Amino acid sequence: MAAEAVPAVAVNVAEERVSVASNWRLVWWRFRKHRLALLSALVLIGLYLVVLCPEFFSTQDPEATDARLAFMPVQRVHLFDGARLSPWVPGVVGKRNPMTLRMEWRADASRKIPVGFFTGGHAYRLLGVVPSRLHLVGAASTDGRDQIHLLGTDRLGRDQWSRLVHGTRTSMTIGLVAVAFSVVLGVLLGGISGYFGGLADLVIQRAIELLQSLPTIPIWLALTAALPRDWTPQQVFFAITVILSLVGWTTLGREVRGRFLALREEDFVLAAELAGASRRRIILRHMVPTFLSHIIATSTLAIPVMIINETSLSFLGLGIRPPAISWGVLLQEAQNLQTLALAPWLLMPGLLVIFAVLAFNLVGDGLRDAADPYSQ
Amino acid sequence: MTRYVLKRLLLLPVLLFLFSVTVFAIVQAPPGDFLTTYVATLASSGSSISAEQVEALRREYGLDQPVWIQYVRWMENLAKGNLGLSLEYQRPNAELIGERLVLTVVLALFSFVFTWIVAVPAGIYSAMHPRSALDYALTVLNYVGVATPNFMLALVLMWSAFAYFGVSVTGLFSPDFVDAPWSLARVVDLLKHLWLPAVVLGVAGTARLTRVMRANLLDELNKPYVTTARAKGLPEWRLVLRYPARLALNPLVSTIGWYLPALFSGSLIVATVMNLPNIGPLLLRALVNQDMYLAGSILLIYCFLTIVGTLISDILLAWLDPRIRLEEG
Amino acid sequence: MTTPVLEVKDLRVHFFLDEGVVRAVDGVSFDVGPGQVVGIVGESGCGKSVTVRAILQIVEPPGRIVGGRILFTKDGAAAADLTALDAKGPVMRAIRGAEIALIPQEPMAAFSPVHTVGDQVIEALRLHQRQWRPEGAPLSRREARALTIELFRSVGISMPAERIDAYSWQLSGGLRQRAMIAMALSCKPRLLIADEPTTAIDVTTQAQVLNLLRDLQRRDGTAIVFITHDLGVIAQMAHHVVVMYLGRVMEQGAVADIFDAPKHPYTRALLKSIPSVRAAPRTLLPTIAGSIPHPLGRPRGCPFHPRCPDAIPEICADRVPALRPVGPGQHASCFLYHRDEADEP
Repeated sequence: MAAEAVPAVAVNVAEERVSVASNWRLVWWRFRKHRLALLSALVLIGLYLVVLCPEFFSTQDPEATDARLAFMPVQRVHLFDGARLSPWVPGVVGKRNPMTLRMEWRADASRKIPVGFFTGGHAYRLLGVVPSRLHLVGAASTDGRDQIHLLGTDRLGRDQWSRLVHGTRTSMTIGLVAVAFSVVLGVLLGGISGYFGGLADLVIQRAIELLQSLPTIPIWLALTAALPRDWTPQQVFFAITVILSLVGWTTLGREVRGRFLALREEDFVLAAELAGASRRRIILRHMVPTFLSHIIATSTLAIPVMIINETSLSFLGLGIRPPAISWGVLLQEAQNLQTLALAPWLLMPGLLVIFAVLAFNLVGDGLRDAADPYSQ
Repeated sequence: MTRYVLKRLLLLPVLLFLFSVTVFAIVQAPPGDFLTTYVATLASSGSSISAEQVEALRREYGLDQPVWIQYVRWMENLAKGNLGLSLEYQRPNAELIGERLVLTVVLALFSFVFTWIVAVPAGIYSAMHPRSALDYALTVLNYVGVATPNFMLALVLMWSAFAYFGVSVTGLFSPDFVDAPWSLARVVDLLKHLWLPAVVLGVAGTARLTRVMRANLLDELNKPYVTTARAKGLPEWRLVLRYPARLALNPLVSTIGWYLPALFSGSLIVATVMNLPNIGPLLLRALVNQDMYLAGSILLIYCFLTIVGTLISDILLAWLDPRIRLEEG
Repeated sequence: MTTPVLEVKDLRVHFFLDEGVVRAVDGVSFDVGPGQVVGIVGESGCGKSVTVRAILQIVEPPGRIVGGRILFTKDGAAAADLTALDAKGPVMRAIRGAEIALIPQEPMAAFSPVHTVGDQVIEALRLHQRQWRPEGAPLSRREARALTIELFRSVGISMPAERIDAYSWQLSGGLRQRAMIAMALSCKPRLLIADEPTTAIDVTTQAQVLNLLRDLQRRDGTAIVFITHDLGVIAQMAHHVVVMYLGRVMEQGAVADIFDAPKHPYTRALLKSIPSVRAAPRTLLPTIAGSIPHPLGRPRGCPFHPRCPDAIPEICADRVPALRPVGPGQHASCFLYHRDEADEP
């Protein structure tokens, strides 16, 4: 036979690889091609590292107040000291304005506070277990007197950077946990409804319709307002998560139900039944894997919605309560226009919200495109 | 189809009844009641009130009755059209709500119109010129728009207007028009103040709608009936608008059902931030103060608006898509 | 010799993908005479559909016509080169639908599901009214409706007045195809392009549709370009056959010549692979060795040579054979017949 063109052979080998790859590997390959989604995934991993150990990433104790340091602006980090690569931050000099009684700050370039990495700072327990004093960034001076405030301070003199880092832990976790609850509820109830049909289906479907007819934000407000004022921040955290997920599971529940209904009629399910597979095996090994990747993609897209919801609720004062810190709680400080005009850096948490939500959306979109076996 | 609509309308009172029970239970859930908060507020501002006075007030407001009797009284009054009395404002709830209800609905509708007028053409353009510069720009805007919580946008806009232009954009009317009688000039003034909250409220929805429209239209453009239409010799723009755009709109119309109610709920946050006389901030205060009849009534109104919104969307969808209409039989 | 209605000369349509360039149509030439039925036959992916889309100038990006000419002659007018026209311009749009009409592949998906079939036919009528009735008042709604009912009746749709208000998904497969044919013929085109019109329907309906097309063609003298992969249909319908493979014409000629005396090895293999009642029982069904190469991995030289039982080593792998006469009215592109005449690769 005449020689084959070389590209034809190479293509055949590639096709072979694709046809024996498992579903997850295929999804990963397709996901890899979306560079933006990949980048966002890295950003998210970084954010969750912060969630694991916020103390390491913060510069000060987020609760430490000092009225003398109120409303310090964002400090500009200079990378070069003369010709050397040595980051430093100008010291600030504060003066109380006799008329407004507010502190006004001026940068004093004669006083340079060097910025160090992996410096010593206030004590904490890594992961709640290991005592440590190590921080990623901090003032490099040895006497511990000088502090850096990378994102300024608020009206009580609390360091915004540290508070932002700690708030990240709460906000990112709530999103994840609330969606996890929703998924469990949605898959469980939607599955029962779709697979078994009959009375269970009827009841669950009506319940879903009822819940979906409720106006979400007002009901959330009402529910969170119902939480007793004397609950601990942890209890409030847990309650908020449950409340958020109680309404969120309905969309997923409906989708899962629809899938099960459709899948029940598929030939491959019939084949499994005829082969004598147990019901549990059919559900877990045959039906669920077909839409598992879709569930993961949908869940990833649901997390940013939860984050925005929690932030909005806390902003209104009905979500996470101080002294617990979340992005929404931080943004409460920015409610007052006068305060904002004086200290616009208090809006920084909002930027982080946008950033995180953007990253989640990009990753979720990438996952959804990668998981769909029929997309290009 | 009329059967379908009738069935839904008949279910309305049943749903509302179920919701009223849920709503009342939620409102009553916090420990204590309105008077507890009232007393605490008085105490923090330095005044006090005697125990007998508190008891008298409690009897007067009917707060000493068991919960289910309070619920029944509420229902009785509702059936008569009486929404009860606001414990905090000491005014009929109907008045309080009525003052704000029109604005709430107008704001939501405004936002809704804005969203669709912007999103549908943007989505169509994006789908017809994929990967063009404008498409990329729109995509970026969409992603950021979906990611921005609307109160954040409101804050930023208000702050920049205040910090850079010294203009305070809160409130609905310029000082001259606040108490003036209704006139064309007052309407114009209202519109001048309303567009900003409407845009803020609608940004996230617009962004999402544009993306969905773009995706749907891209899907439809590959379908065979588009080729047939093109082969008939139809001009491109007429072809796109008449066939694939029409079909791409169908799934979007089905989302109106939850979008309208979402606008009503979302306006709560924006109105609180921008200080607008909306039923949202009213609800917030009522919830915090446990002004239960007020809170309950407003929540019921939200539920009603939600159900109506869903019904409108189902009707619209059936009307637009003959496949649904004719198969309902 | 009468002027052909359509002359396709050396048409090349390439698709510019991220992974490379797919040469879907790579030098195709054939003629369609007035009132003639030309059947284009070939396996999936050989470029038949792309060719006719190029004729109508509806090739979708990233595809583009990169070479060749398509000459179309209206009654009494000079030939127009369709490739030179702006695909979206008014001249081409006036031709599309009115002079050259398409019967697309799947009638179910080819009608819009949210408009009635009657509306879609009326749209075609009104769009091109200046062409099929140059004088007279503009078409009124009632006239258009009456005309459509007549059209439906002429293609054999029973109860046309009711069917006109039906949606495509409410009609059976056969009725839908007839409605599609009615729409295509509404403006009395000179050339009808039928893209696999019988693939999506069952055999009985298939026979009816083919008879209908043949009657209409004989009655109105419409030329038809008929695309199919079914050799039996070709034998029934076509006067002239064009056999394509991987974007090139392997052989073309009168239907009798192609079926009784095929010259190209590919045509021979195709004909041999038709199962026959006369074959001895328990024999293997003959197939063509190998499989169609990946579009991005076109073989060098003659596109068929890797699967050809008569391939000549050195020559067939190296140069592309040109389409040359091998008999009266029959052409083939094969080095078995013309050793020295090659085309540009």
